[in-house]
Amino acid sequence: MSRKIVIPFGPQHPVLPEPIHLDLVLEDETVVDVIPSIGYIHRGLETLVAKREFTEYVYIAERTCGICSFIHGLTYCQGVEQIMDLEVPPRAHYLRTIWSEYSRLHSHLLWLGLFADAMGFENLFMNSWRLREFVLDILEETTGGRVIQGSCKIGGVRKDISNEKLASMAADLKGFEAELSDLSDVFLHDDSVKSRLVDVGKLTRTDAYDLGAMGPVARGSGVGIDLRKTGYAAYRDLRFEPVTETAGDSYARCAVRVRELFGSIDLIRQAIEKIPEGDIEVKVKGNPDGEYFSRSEQPRGELVHYLKANGSKHLVRSRIRTPTLTNIPPLVKMLQGCELADVPVIVLSIDPCIGCTER
Amino acid sequence: MKIEEQTTIVIGVEHLIGRVEQFRKGGYRLVQLNCSKIGEQFEINYCFEREYRFENIRIVIDFETEVPSISGMYWGAFVYENEMHDLYGVAVKGMNIDFQGNFIRTSVQYPFRNPSFQGEGPCQEK
Amino acid sequence: MAFFEMAKTAIRTVVSRPATLMYPARPGKKTGLSRGHVVIDPSRCISCGMCMKKCPSEAICVEKDERIWRIDRLRCVVCNSCIEVCPVKCLRMDLQYSPALLSHSGLETFLITYVKPERPKKSETGENADA
Repeated sequence: MSRKIVIPFGPQHPVLPEPIHLDLVLEDETVVDVIPSIGYIHRGLETLVAKREFTEYVYIAERTCGICSFIHGLTYCQGVEQIMDLEVPPRAHYLRTIWSEYSRLHSHLLWLGLFADAMGFENLFMNSWRLREFVLDILEETTGGRVIQGSCKIGGVRKDISNEKLASMAADLKGFEAELSDLSDVFLHDDSVKSRLVDVGKLTRTDAYDLGAMGPVARGSGVGIDLRKTGYAAYRDLRFEPVTETAGDSYARCAVRVRELFGSIDLIRQAIEKIPEGDIEVKVKGNPDGEYFSRSEQPRGELVHYLKANGSKHLVRSRIRTPTLTNIPPLVKMLQGCELADVPVIVLSIDPCIGCTER
Repeated sequence: MKIEEQTTIVIGVEHLIGRVEQFRKGGYRLVQLNCSKIGEQFEINYCFEREYRFENIRIVIDFETEVPSISGMYWGAFVYENEMHDLYGVAVKGMNIDFQGNFIRTSVQYPFRNPSFQGEGPCQEK
Repeated sequence: MAFFEMAKTAIRTVVSRPATLMYPARPGKKTGLSRGHVVIDPSRCISCGMCMKKCPSEAICVEKDERIWRIDRLRCVVCNSCIEVCPVKCLRMDLQYSPALLSHSGLETFLITYVKPERPKKSETGENADA
């Protein structure tokens, strides 16, 4: 009885979209301890600030991650704008908000698909990704890129959306919402999904807060932190409430994301309704001097870009703290005491994005 | 238009644990730790937040100075402390999970201390 | 009936048309803004080198003396910044992606054929300005 064995999990594993390595210490079938380690795709992007001008670094900031690329670009630009005291035109703020929310839709749908795949529900996986294609098409029509949008720049945005296009986007959302609610019913009410998720990977509210969980992981445990409430971009003018669930299990985290999809649709509608006319960018003069912790809400949680400049055209330091890095300690806590067969679902329930974690 | 007020207080290494203790008692959550190399010194930021109020404390140390770990108070700090150690070679004392430099597996030891770049130049071939 | 939540969607997908395109037979979806690959019109390039300076991935190389404009397709991240910065608008974005490669070389070289026009005589410019 109770002989301890260690099972390596990852870096290659069917459920993992990206490489993370976990050493699972098992006692019979129960996981008693977990040692995570990363570093398989460390690229050292942060040091490139020494080689690229601060205006060019936007492209690198955006390529930190393939899923939330737009929000990476937004956060970087926002940080430089705060250092330089640039006043971004309101229309640019609204466009950034609209694209951020479309990115959130696309990221959550991608994750829901992957999660269905981890549960073994292939049909649901295909349907999530079919819906995601609708979002990607809109992103390509308005910015030119499906995944790497490249539409954010320091001082504003690079592309405008015409008012007719905005109106047709708002109209198209109706059909999308109907299809989405069919899909969300499966995630929220289907018994085979529930039996796989309910009470799997519990995280209490105190643990979530103390271990620094962010995003849907925190909100699934009842911690209502949502960085959009700080009012960056146009969020200060829009009405929304952070989605929270209290159960703290994988089902709650899934439910938070499903409900956030509808929240995003609502935010897009509000933004399209309120978007003002005007310029989309201001001219950037001079070089930044100062430092700022630029924070925003990614689909996965809080993103921090720490930027330090010294008045030259190269920044001194850019540090990107991504939500997955801060969600690793809660993941370790969740895995302790779970069954070996539940490990894939729990690991996926934090929506790991290792590409941005390691930069 | 400023999004939020951010305060930065520079303190000595010896006061670090005391200050972090205060944040912990005040119900702050740990946002992040980060290290920057400024000249021949390390600048380490400890960021905390409570109800969207952002506060930052900073220590400035030499390369060899040992930093006490805050993972006793914030259990999740080990990811940042190991990262700091693996990328910059900051000596952190007393981490709750010490990976001994294997958290981020890099082929070069302390790659961010003296970063080197490959294939730089205005043209691809240079 | 919580077991058959998926049934409605599943039946609909059975009777409706497929969501995918029969790709090689029908071309992929492209929009007017899609970023495929950069094309140059060598007869208009004045070899100013702005695209080379602004390229974030250092994919473009302009050699003024040899009159060569070279791009490394494998380095290019198709960010559109060279096109925005070009003063004579000789660069444009093509909608099609550059094709997959079998060997490791994405280098493409173009010979710049631009000929600087003869500067018109002063009297002519004066007349033009009046007209």
